[in-house]
Amino acid sequence: MKQEIIIAGFGGQGVLMMGKILAYSGLMDDKEVTWMPSYGPEQRGGTANVTVILSDDRISSPVLDAYDIVVALNQQSLDKFSQRVKPGGVLIYDTSGIHNLPERDDIKIIPIDAMEATFRIGHPKAYNMVVLGALLEAMDYKLPHENVLKGLQKSLPERHHHLIPLNSDAIEMGRNLLPK
Amino acid sequence: MKEEVMLMKGNEAVAHAAIRYGCDGYFGYPITPQSEVLETLESLMPWETTGMVVLQAESEVAAINMVYGGASTGKAVMTSSSSPGISLKQEGISYMAGAMLPALILNVMRGGPGLGTIQPSQADYFQATKGGGHGDYHLIVLAPASVQEMVDFVALGFDLSFKYRTPAMILADGIVGQMMEKVVLPPFRPRRTAEEIRKQCPWATTGRFGHRKRNVITSLELEPSKMEEVNHRLQECYREIEKSEPRWEEINTADAEYLLIAFGSIARICAKAMEIAREKGIKVGLLRPITLWPFPKEGVRKGAEGKKGILCVELNAGQMIEDIRLAIHDSIPVEHYGRLGGIIPSPTEVVEALEKKIIEK
Amino acid sequence: MEIKDIIKEENKVYSKPELLDNVHMHYCPGCSHGVVHKLIAEVVAEMGITDKTVGVSPVGCAVFAYNYIDVDWIEAAHGRAPAVATAVSRLWEENVVFTYQGDGDMAAIGTAETIHAANRGENIVMVFINNAIYGMTGGQMAPTTLVGQKTSTTPYGRRIDLNGHPLEITDILATLSGTCYVTRQSVHTPGAARKTKAALKKAFENAIAKRGTSVVEVVSTCNSGWKMSPVKANEWMVENMFDKYPLGDLKVE
Repeated sequence: MKQEIIIAGFGGQGVLMMGKILAYSGLMDDKEVTWMPSYGPEQRGGTANVTVILSDDRISSPVLDAYDIVVALNQQSLDKFSQRVKPGGVLIYDTSGIHNLPERDDIKIIPIDAMEATFRIGHPKAYNMVVLGALLEAMDYKLPHENVLKGLQKSLPERHHHLIPLNSDAIEMGRNLLPK
Repeated sequence: MKEEVMLMKGNEAVAHAAIRYGCDGYFGYPITPQSEVLETLESLMPWETTGMVVLQAESEVAAINMVYGGASTGKAVMTSSSSPGISLKQEGISYMAGAMLPALILNVMRGGPGLGTIQPSQADYFQATKGGGHGDYHLIVLAPASVQEMVDFVALGFDLSFKYRTPAMILADGIVGQMMEKVVLPPFRPRRTAEEIRKQCPWATTGRFGHRKRNVITSLELEPSKMEEVNHRLQECYREIEKSEPRWEEINTADAEYLLIAFGSIARICAKAMEIAREKGIKVGLLRPITLWPFPKEGVRKGAEGKKGILCVELNAGQMIEDIRLAIHDSIPVEHYGRLGGIIPSPTEVVEALEKKIIEK
Repeated sequence: MEIKDIIKEENKVYSKPELLDNVHMHYCPGCSHGVVHKLIAEVVAEMGITDKTVGVSPVGCAVFAYNYIDVDWIEAAHGRAPAVATAVSRLWEENVVFTYQGDGDMAAIGTAETIHAANRGENIVMVFINNAIYGMTGGQMAPTTLVGQKTSTTPYGRRIDLNGHPLEITDILATLSGTCYVTRQSVHTPGAARKTKAALKKAFENAIAKRGTSVVEVVSTCNSGWKMSPVKANEWMVENMFDKYPLGDLKVE
């Protein structure tokens, strides 16, 4: 098993944290993991992306040019990374704000309305957890939910642990956004 | 406490590793991309647990001189910075080399020259391995390629620097500093007691204690014949290190026709490039120097035997390639592929460079 | 009476402090350094802290201080003594740490280290020899060189428009919350030397009691650099230096 994933969007959307929870969940499931962010003065508003690799074996490069799954949360990110989805791979994008789609028939393109789902939860900060739920559902490798919960626990500072049930619900809602 | 498996950034891992090693003091000044070292230490408050001193200095210059002071007293002390800050520290590093002091310095390299960029780079290879400051000296230079090695090299760096009484440097880059990986943290080791320090470091300025003769830590000697002696002593020490301490890693070199040589995180990218190339039927091996000084000359020389060519991949304009060419006396073609300015080459890019610069030539 | 009949224990009126080594000092005859060294050696021995005292010597004439006073010494890079002392003091809390610095070390190249160590209130003693000139390198302008004073780099006298004002580093240090004791003394007469000794003792006591940073400035002569006889240098110092750098306590807490 190896999943090579990039999550890209605006700084402030919780892209890095989402990647961290994914990586920690993988670690809790005994996988090798790397989490490689684009870093710099782009914490609010600029573009941010994170490459997460989950694998049974030792991981070579933390930096990639082709991905099994691309998660694009704004148009720039989609434009930048949609051509780098491996043939047979998956592109997940948020329908709010993304209107131009790539013309590729060799990959699976999954639209999700994560923004709308977040409004339904009534907690705007849960946005990235909704997206994470959709990503977890789209992955070939099925991460057991108990390990995702452990990943949440490890990633969030203790003062935010009371938010874990809310995050868990948001992930569940995200899972259900995928067409069955 | 026992070993712990964690997910953390290279920079954070260094902080944990220092505390667990029994490091006595850290002195630093913030600079991207390594500020997490100081931030993590401040948040862990080791002075409450192990008694380790952590201090944000007023400058890199002050920080390295605090390290000089702490090292003079036999304590295990360290600092960290990134390229422009490391340039500022060169004064203190040269003094420590001259005064034969053990200490650990972490450089999480960013692009230069000047203020450059905060993105990753390996452009300080020359500075780290050829001296850096003034005078004839070397540092022991370790190049980590993973977060785990960031942890492991804290202990290794301290151990080697105390063994040879010479400063050691961990030469990392923004990739390994900023990325998170699974890491096994070693168990806590108690800090050495004052008595143990006095025994291990009879030269240290811990106070005359017990009416022994006074100790003086200095790099100054105005009598030329004595200064030459001091220099000879340093050189003997360097020869011993060159003999005993070269370290490197080889992957798939046995059947390889071509060799990729890279250090630090770029070796990881080359490992992926190797996988891609092998899928295409190109027999490629990877050799990764772990100690950049002492450079693993023997390893590179043997690794090059029977190969058709070497591609040296670095995040600079061609620095380690000089040591490779010297090591093999240009017996086979050696070419360089580098990206500058903070751009990280992709694995495919490396394969293309190998094909263009070596295979098709 | 022969000389050997005179040299007897019961006739002894003065002796060199035991911590001063039996070596020739490299200082010029008439230089203030020798007196200050002697006073430090006396204070350290009298306070019974020889075994736990660590000195940090500067770059400048006192670079070889470690050859003269029998305690552990660290020779620092130019201006960095307060940073070096900071680490020693923090890592060995039971030890007593002092820096010994000239005007270039303290107030030019090491201004940042000086001010920040004092501002942090490091429990150290800073001994500051202010002779308004760079002695070691051959008499160039110091940050404390007086306006109009001739040096090899101000051959026509220091000019404010060209070289700026003499820097009153000690006055600055007295304003910082981290300092507990800041004083300016001299050693040109036995009385002045006695006062300096008392000041040093107080400063070392502060360090032991962890009260913060103590600064003892000693307005000093450099007869070679000033190109004067030792006696003339003392007179010149009294007439010119004390006006700009008046003696006395600037801060006592």
